[in-house]
Amino acid sequence: MLELKNISFEVDDELGQKGILKDVNLTIDAGKLTVITGPNGGGKSTLARIIAGVEKPTSGKIFYKGEDITDMSITDRARMGIGFAFQQPVKFKGIRVVDLIRLAKGEKTLSSKDACKYLAAVGLCAKDYINREVNGSLSGGELKRIEIATLIAKRSDLSVFDEPEAGIDLWSFQNLIEVFESMRKHIEGSSIMIISHQERILRIADEIVMVKDGIIAEKGTCDEILPKLSGTDSAVKSCGIVDLWKEGNN
Amino acid sequence: MELTDIQKKVLAEVADLHKTPVGAFNIRANGESVGRNSTANIEIIPKKDVSGIDIRIKPGTKNESVHIPVVISQSGLKESVYNDFYIGEGADVLIVAGCGIDNCGSQDSQHDGIHRFFIEKNARVKYVEKHYGSGEGSGKRILNPVTEVYMDEGSTCEMEMVQIKGVDDTVRTTKAELKAGAKLLVGERLMTHGDQRAISNYNVDINGEGGVADVVSRAVARDRSYQEFNAVIAGNAPCRGHSECDSIIMDEGIILAVPALKANNVDAEMFHEAAIGKIAGEQLTKLMTLGLTEQEAEEEIINGFLR
Ligand SMILES: Nc1ncnc2c1ncn2[C@@H]1O[C@H](COP(=O)(O)OP(=O)(O)OP(=O)(O)O)[C@@H](O)[C@H]1O
Ligand SMILES: [Mg+2]
Repeated sequence: MLELKNISFEVDDELGQKGILKDVNLTIDAGKLTVITGPNGGGKSTLARIIAGVEKPTSGKIFYKGEDITDMSITDRARMGIGFAFQQPVKFKGIRVVDLIRLAKGEKTLSSKDACKYLAAVGLCAKDYINREVNGSLSGGELKRIEIATLIAKRSDLSVFDEPEAGIDLWSFQNLIEVFESMRKHIEGSSIMIISHQERILRIADEIVMVKDGIIAEKGTCDEILPKLSGTDSAVKSCGIVDLWKEGNN
Repeated sequence: MELTDIQKKVLAEVADLHKTPVGAFNIRANGESVGRNSTANIEIIPKKDVSGIDIRIKPGTKNESVHIPVVISQSGLKESVYNDFYIGEGADVLIVAGCGIDNCGSQDSQHDGIHRFFIEKNARVKYVEKHYGSGEGSGKRILNPVTEVYMDEGSTCEMEMVQIKGVDDTVRTTKAELKAGAKLLVGERLMTHGDQRAISNYNVDINGEGGVADVVSRAVARDRSYQEFNAVIAGNAPCRGHSECDSIIMDEGIILAVPALKANNVDAEMFHEAAIGKIAGEQLTKLMTLGLTEQEAEEEIINGFLR
């Protein structure tokens, strides 16, 4: 379904070039659920953005359904069946929940009854939300759920979710997992890629990929990877953790 | 009532009118009244000294509407029209105005509507005004509306003013005076394109305790168009005043936003917000990941913004 070949992504910072992703090779097969995990700042979101076309790799190639999509626009990739739920959902002015779902479905008009079922699937009481604007008046968890509902409506062949569980309360967690499982069941041959730190999501993966310091550090089934995960460190550079309270927080 | 097809199209744009409206109405086409109706509670009387009408709404009139659309399809026509609205105590009415100019000729067509509202105690008015221009002629479509609102105690006036397409040149002047407990809510939506110019001037005086004024403008300037938003809200009593100008610029559009506040009373609470910028890149990106082209995404974002 998707193949990343020697993908690198570099940015310029004050010290010169900085490698965010370094020669990443990854294949995602049709019908599989892959979970990408790893420390903060490891490069997971960057990888997802490169797949969706939001970011262009510095070098390397991306193949999707056998076609080289490296130079393809975001729009064309979306039309070929790639869907992407952002880690931080975008806010608008005036665009309503129903509009986003309609656009995701690629239809000119959409009845609110139709739109409602997608909201219900992510545990939102549809009538309260359908006509609300997708703006800062929605809570973080609400925005996140709407982002997921939008991607369900899109029915992509490859759906990429960037930390879908972030901000979603514990009670809804099981529902979220059911959402992924029924997506797999109902969109035939579709692949799902989820970026997550949650063990319960890792447990439903066919394959777990650990991204750390811009490389794929580990890859394998749940049983192989889970035991290795505890005690890994964060890529966010800390200059020695300080016990604030010992030093006197006043 | 005989209207040409073009006139009918323009009427549909500015007043959502597809047939003769119910209730009171006055339809003005090319400088003349082509249809008029008064009701038991709403009387429409032509003015004698100047062109225009008086609209008298009896106290306590509820759930009634007045439609007063204007259509100009004759190139080169220029007119000033004076309409006065007297809204009786405790009435609650909808007033739909609107002006559409279709200019296929080479001469400028211009409509200057001077509307005055005298809103008595505890009356409520919802006023909707749409401006629209069409036609391929090189003559300009010019609209210079002047609106004056005099609000008595406890009255409410909600104004929705929309100009989305085709008007080449507009200077909109809105002036309001509020007594105690009066509430004025203005929502302006404006889009300019080509070489159009639109200027909006607001002057609001809140003179009575508990008065509230809220002027909100959402605007988009595309191509080489130019917009100016000047809002002066003065709080002369313990009151609340707010103005907001939120704009998107595209292409080589220019917007000048000058929200001004004046507090003449220590208990006047006044605030304003103004923001101008291009469409946020991440909004475009999001819609493109749903399969829209950049242009389609732009349209959706603007349509939503101006809704
Ligand atoms: N355009 C950019 N310019 C500079 N640095 C960048 C840019 N994009 C990403 N980075 C950096 O690259 C690293 C990887 O970022 P990324 O968002 O991919 O991490 P992540 O694995 O998703 O982390 P998290 O778990 O916190 O979401 C971070 O250190 C980030 O600051
Ligand atoms: Mg991330």
